[in-house]
Amino acid sequence: MKQVLALAVGMSILAIPALAQEEPVLNIYNWSDYIAEDTISNFEAQTGIKVNYDVFDGNEVLEAKMLTGSSGYDVVVPTNNFLERQIQAGIYMELDASKLPNLKNMDPAIMTTLAISDPGNTHAIVYMWGTTGMGYSAKAIAERMPDAPSDSWDMIFDPEIAKNFADCGITMLDAPAEVMSAALNYLGLDPLSEDEGDLQKATDLVLSVRPYIRYFHSSQYISDLANGDICLSLGWSGDIFIAQARAVEAANGVEVVYVIPKEGAQVWTDNMAIPKDAPHPDNAHKFINYIMEPEVVAAISDYVFYANGNAASTPLIDPAVTGDPAIYPPDDVKAKLFAIKSHSPAYDRLLTRAWTRIKTGQ
Amino acid sequence: MTLMDSLAADSRPWAFLRRLLAKAGLSGRGLVIAAPMLWLLVFFLVPFLVVTKIALSELVIASPPYAPMIEWTKGGELIVKLNFGNFQFLFSEPLYLNAYLGSIKFAAISTLIALLIAYPMAYLIARSGERTRNVLLMLVILPFWTSFLLRVYAWIGFLKGNGVVNNVLMSVGIIHDPIVMLQTDFAVYLGIVYTYLPFMILPLYANLVKLEDDLLEASADLGARPFMTFLTITLPLSLPGIIAGSMLVFIPAVGEFVIPALLGGPDTLMIGRILWDEFFSNRDWPVASSVAIIMVVALVFPIMIMRSAQDRMEEKAK
Repeated sequence: MKQVLALAVGMSILAIPALAQEEPVLNIYNWSDYIAEDTISNFEAQTGIKVNYDVFDGNEVLEAKMLTGSSGYDVVVPTNNFLERQIQAGIYMELDASKLPNLKNMDPAIMTTLAISDPGNTHAIVYMWGTTGMGYSAKAIAERMPDAPSDSWDMIFDPEIAKNFADCGITMLDAPAEVMSAALNYLGLDPLSEDEGDLQKATDLVLSVRPYIRYFHSSQYISDLANGDICLSLGWSGDIFIAQARAVEAANGVEVVYVIPKEGAQVWTDNMAIPKDAPHPDNAHKFINYIMEPEVVAAISDYVFYANGNAASTPLIDPAVTGDPAIYPPDDVKAKLFAIKSHSPAYDRLLTRAWTRIKTGQ
Repeated sequence: MTLMDSLAADSRPWAFLRRLLAKAGLSGRGLVIAAPMLWLLVFFLVPFLVVTKIALSELVIASPPYAPMIEWTKGGELIVKLNFGNFQFLFSEPLYLNAYLGSIKFAAISTLIALLIAYPMAYLIARSGERTRNVLLMLVILPFWTSFLLRVYAWIGFLKGNGVVNNVLMSVGIIHDPIVMLQTDFAVYLGIVYTYLPFMILPLYANLVKLEDDLLEASADLGARPFMTFLTITLPLSLPGIIAGSMLVFIPAVGEFVIPALLGGPDTLMIGRILWDEFFSNRDWPVASSVAIIMVVALVFPIMIMRSAQDRMEEKAK
């Protein structure tokens, strides 16, 4: 009898959230400058749900909020390797596929890439994706080295070449996992390696060009590249496109170029997921399904210059975006892209230590 | 009869409240003392204990990312786990010691520079007429009306490669290639001294303004030159002001994060940045908390030394 009663109570508890009508509110936490101007207002008009839209500018800030818990957000957008660890920490709920009929529009290839971090694609969908490559100021590079190998990581990782650009400023992301995987890949090693010897080789490589690096920062380089304060950055594709657009707007004679180096580069995905303690999970599913409408996400790609994870939207995107090999790379370039995984805590500590040594030049 | 007493005598609700508090063993005086104590308890001691607790726990991949310290097992056992490994890790890795020393070096040199700049300024303000004095004091306080962050950002515009300073120097012809000033230690010193200068000027001013003219006159009458008078009269008398000002600059400068993050280079090693890296990039809350605890402990000692020096000086003055 007792068990029956417990079961009944348990079932009624389970049933309450399903029966209760969710208040028409949705709290979204997304990257800054990462959505079209009318995406949110169209969703509000369509559904009558009031959206509170907050932005962040780094995975670290998002992660700190998620790990603390009770963030109050319904939809958040972490990058794949951060998402992986956050799933392990038990932060996200499994998506309810029955509420996401537009899943059929997604690009299976990019969802497979994400499956490295989220096995079976149960917790997240790909929002946008891009690469971690090189951005440079064409004029400054040509002035210093007319025959610069601008399609190769040699620009940054070969000391004999990098030293030519020391005076105009080389920068790297302050993101150890990404920079080191690029260094490992350049050395012909496995970019996902957790081997201490490999890490040492990559550390030595970055230290060999360390004297020519102005700073390590993950957002400062956008405006510096656009203003001509620096001339060569290891950075994220979309950020470098923003720098490009800003330089054009400022008409300051700086021409910013983004390349995916021929040796290969890291591909990353930014993904939409729903925290377990989200106050409005139903509305969150509605929003994610809305984002997977081909027209909606095509308009966002047109606006932010990022490739999205939605195959059905590709024909609807401005050909200037889909035709740009730096945004939608051709198949032979795609073949050389690699995704990174989150590392084990023990390797993370080694990595951080190596990274601090690199940054401080010790 | 003070205002409070008359209020207490005249208005009945007030008297009632006082009797009520007296019954609970609380006097008005006790309450006045209790208020700041309560403040310290709630906003310093409790957070400090929470951070200590995290510093003594183990890193796990979970939310929150550290293992619970106290656990009830199903068998009814109470398990308290204290992990001192994080502190051990800090001492085994020279990086952290270097960062602490780096912070103290930056803070000490900046304090010294701020003192050298602030002393003549405070002296001038204290010695000028009442009207000018108020205007000058106003000018010292005025920058506070703009956000601290904006003021530090403004320095980026001044110091960067094609910023104001380089452009002026190049157009005058003093230099041909821009000098790299941003992302250097120089920029960090400049930022700290600039930001904290008012905290040095104000206590110095408050001290110097009390300096009696008679003392200086007596010294001159006895044949001391102005410089001698300064060394033997003004400087010793202003020591409490120097100590107060130095503490107000040194302590926040040690933990400074914003200025080295915006103006400093990658090799500017300060503990505030290490703390940020441990917490956000490395998401190692236990190690980050240990770094913070050691910083507080390391700061308490210089503060205590300075305080006791100040007390001794006040004793002497009596």
